[in-house]
Amino acid sequence: MASLTHAAPPRRWRGEGPRALLWLSPWLVGVAVFFVYPLLSTVYFSFHRYDMYSLEFVGLDNYRYLLHDPRVATSARNTLWLVLVMVPATVLFSLTLAQLVTRVKAGAGLFRTVFYLPSLVPVTAGTIMFVYLMNPANGPWNQFLALFGITGPDWFGDPAWSKPSLTLLGMWGCGQAMVIFMAALLDVPRHLYEAAAIDGAGPWRQFRSITLPTIAPVLMFSLVTSVISALQYFSQAMIASRVASGATDSAGTAFAPGYPDESLLTLPQWLFQAGFRDYAMGYACVLALLLFAASMIFTLILLRQFRRAEEDS
Amino acid sequence: MRFVPLAVAGLAALALTACTANREAGPSLGSQPRPSGSASQALPAATIELWHGFSTDAEVKAFETAIAAFSKKYPQITVKARKGVQDDQITQSIRGGNPPDVAVSFTTDNVAQWCRSGAFQDLTPVIKQDGIDLSVLPAVARSYTAFEGRQCTLPLLADAYGIYYNKALMKGEQPPKTLSELTALAKKLTVRDANGDIKVAGFVPASQYYENSAAHLGSMVGAKWYNDDGTSAIGTDPAWKTLLRWQKELVDWYGYDKLEKFRKSLGDEWSAEHPFFKGKVAMIIDGEWRNAMIANDPEAKKMDYGTAPLPVADDRPDLYGSGFTAGTVIGVPKGAKNPQQAWELVKHLTTDTDSLVTLSNALRNVPTTKAAMESPALSKDDNFATFLDIFAHPKTSTLPPSVNSVFNQEAFSTFIGKWEKGGVPDLDAGLKGVDKQIDDKLKLSGG
Repeated sequence: MASLTHAAPPRRWRGEGPRALLWLSPWLVGVAVFFVYPLLSTVYFSFHRYDMYSLEFVGLDNYRYLLHDPRVATSARNTLWLVLVMVPATVLFSLTLAQLVTRVKAGAGLFRTVFYLPSLVPVTAGTIMFVYLMNPANGPWNQFLALFGITGPDWFGDPAWSKPSLTLLGMWGCGQAMVIFMAALLDVPRHLYEAAAIDGAGPWRQFRSITLPTIAPVLMFSLVTSVISALQYFSQAMIASRVASGATDSAGTAFAPGYPDESLLTLPQWLFQAGFRDYAMGYACVLALLLFAASMIFTLILLRQFRRAEEDS
Repeated sequence: MRFVPLAVAGLAALALTACTANREAGPSLGSQPRPSGSASQALPAATIELWHGFSTDAEVKAFETAIAAFSKKYPQITVKARKGVQDDQITQSIRGGNPPDVAVSFTTDNVAQWCRSGAFQDLTPVIKQDGIDLSVLPAVARSYTAFEGRQCTLPLLADAYGIYYNKALMKGEQPPKTLSELTALAKKLTVRDANGDIKVAGFVPASQYYENSAAHLGSMVGAKWYNDDGTSAIGTDPAWKTLLRWQKELVDWYGYDKLEKFRKSLGDEWSAEHPFFKGKVAMIIDGEWRNAMIANDPEAKKMDYGTAPLPVADDRPDLYGSGFTAGTVIGVPKGAKNPQQAWELVKHLTTDTDSLVTLSNALRNVPTTKAAMESPALSKDDNFATFLDIFAHPKTSTLPPSVNSVFNQEAFSTFIGKWEKGGVPDLDAGLKGVDKQIDDKLKLSGG
């Protein structure tokens, strides 16, 4: 019976297992060294107190601390805000831009270049530039608003405005996503639009019934990668916070991340802080696992929604 | 599947490598017999590696001059110096088992961690062996270089903090000696435009302003950071409340938004656009090194300015003359290949009067030994002498070493940011919250 229920591998595969493994080995070694090993190490170190010099088993202490660490809730809230607001805003903006750029008749090349260029600016330079442009005292952006009698806020210095300001920065640098959407939009068969127009479908209906279903895989790819990037959001928040605060970081003047009022403190920043500023590596591993779990959950939710939408359509 | 055990073995090997990488060690200090005869001749020849954070040409040149004097004394020892090294690199090298023989750090924030973990070797045996009297250092400098009885670093040069004032903007007023005087003077010297925007500030009380950190401000009221058991004393020491209430009152007088707008219009702390250089702020809290920056700036050096000790709490006149200090520290990492020669270099750089004077004259930092401070070769004018006096004052304070030094400062700094903005309705409860954060973190770090 065993031979019936567990069929022997096809003849052509017999003896080819080792060869297949050999061909797969670079990938397997890569996965083992750069994914499985770090993941297992992270789990292992999360049960230890590890200050880069000595290692001591502490059981669940790091996990218990996680529950009482006020900055975990703060940084998780900030990160969630970025996922729920910045990601949709950036994706929608880049999709809208792509729509406009693909439809424009004259100067299309120029517009594409102009909108794409910001994505080539290094993150650090772009962020510093934004903070300077939006400086409440002498930044040109607020001076421009003043021409219309509007008193601009302290963009990166007011907790209510700091994350929206970062969102503007994200939208400014969305050239990469715009190009991907452009490629997807140009791939939509033109005759579908023509047929829909003959049937009386307006622009919105055409977008909803033709464009959206056709570019859905690209949209999903963009959403998933954007969500993962938002969960890993680090450099822009750290740099903006630091530059906007104007604070120094020398002996006796340690800079508190997340200025203003921890509104720009993201989970990866707090992880970095715990690991590489406080040398609490065990605790940093717990935060890394939390981030990993959050990434998995968000990705699974998005994929499930995508499949459901596909089935519905 | 023979691959599975192979992979498991590989992963186990990697794990073991990772966990034991920091266990490589060279001979430790004091473990080798001391050479007999003249120490300078008896030490065996060696090439030792020295990592330091100095990076500008002038700094590197000054440091190399001090090292050259050591090389003259010990011709058989070659010192290979590597500039621009940060603490993270030192930590990684120790962990990787390949540290330099001597390491210099610009901050005292990691001293406790280094001492407790043994990452830097305890110098106590060789200090005793060589009969070095540490009382040549002010007590405060000894305190920020040791932790839990382990003297794992020594002070190389120190920074002391006081008040700088622009005489033209002071309008004939003398520098303040108390916080009340500072408040009155700050208000008197502040100039606003018709909209109420600040054009010239008497004094900027914002905690994010350059050197206005809790550590520096705390010394004005004699505030205590930690209890004897290492737990936070911030919530229980009334001095912090005195300081915070004084600061908030002055921030409110300026108007938080107005003050922030003014602060954000100011130039970079390390550039020629510094507001003190530009006559936009009458009084600032700063370190002794600002003297050299003023002297080196073609415009700022024309400014008529003075220096004075920090103003102190009205009920603590005994503190006047003191201030905050911290500084550059130097030590021998665990795993140093030539610890004896390394120690001789550390000893030379930290105790040799000529060496300290050379460094101080070139870098314009405070030399740490009493002999160097009193040396006739030390260049000093009245403005620099203020900081020598502050450093030597018995009540000058520092940020006591803690294994969570950076975390603790950040937790408190975040709180002060909320407080000055008006986001803390109950100061006592808020400070207790800071205590809890610091104490919880202390427990996580093993007490």
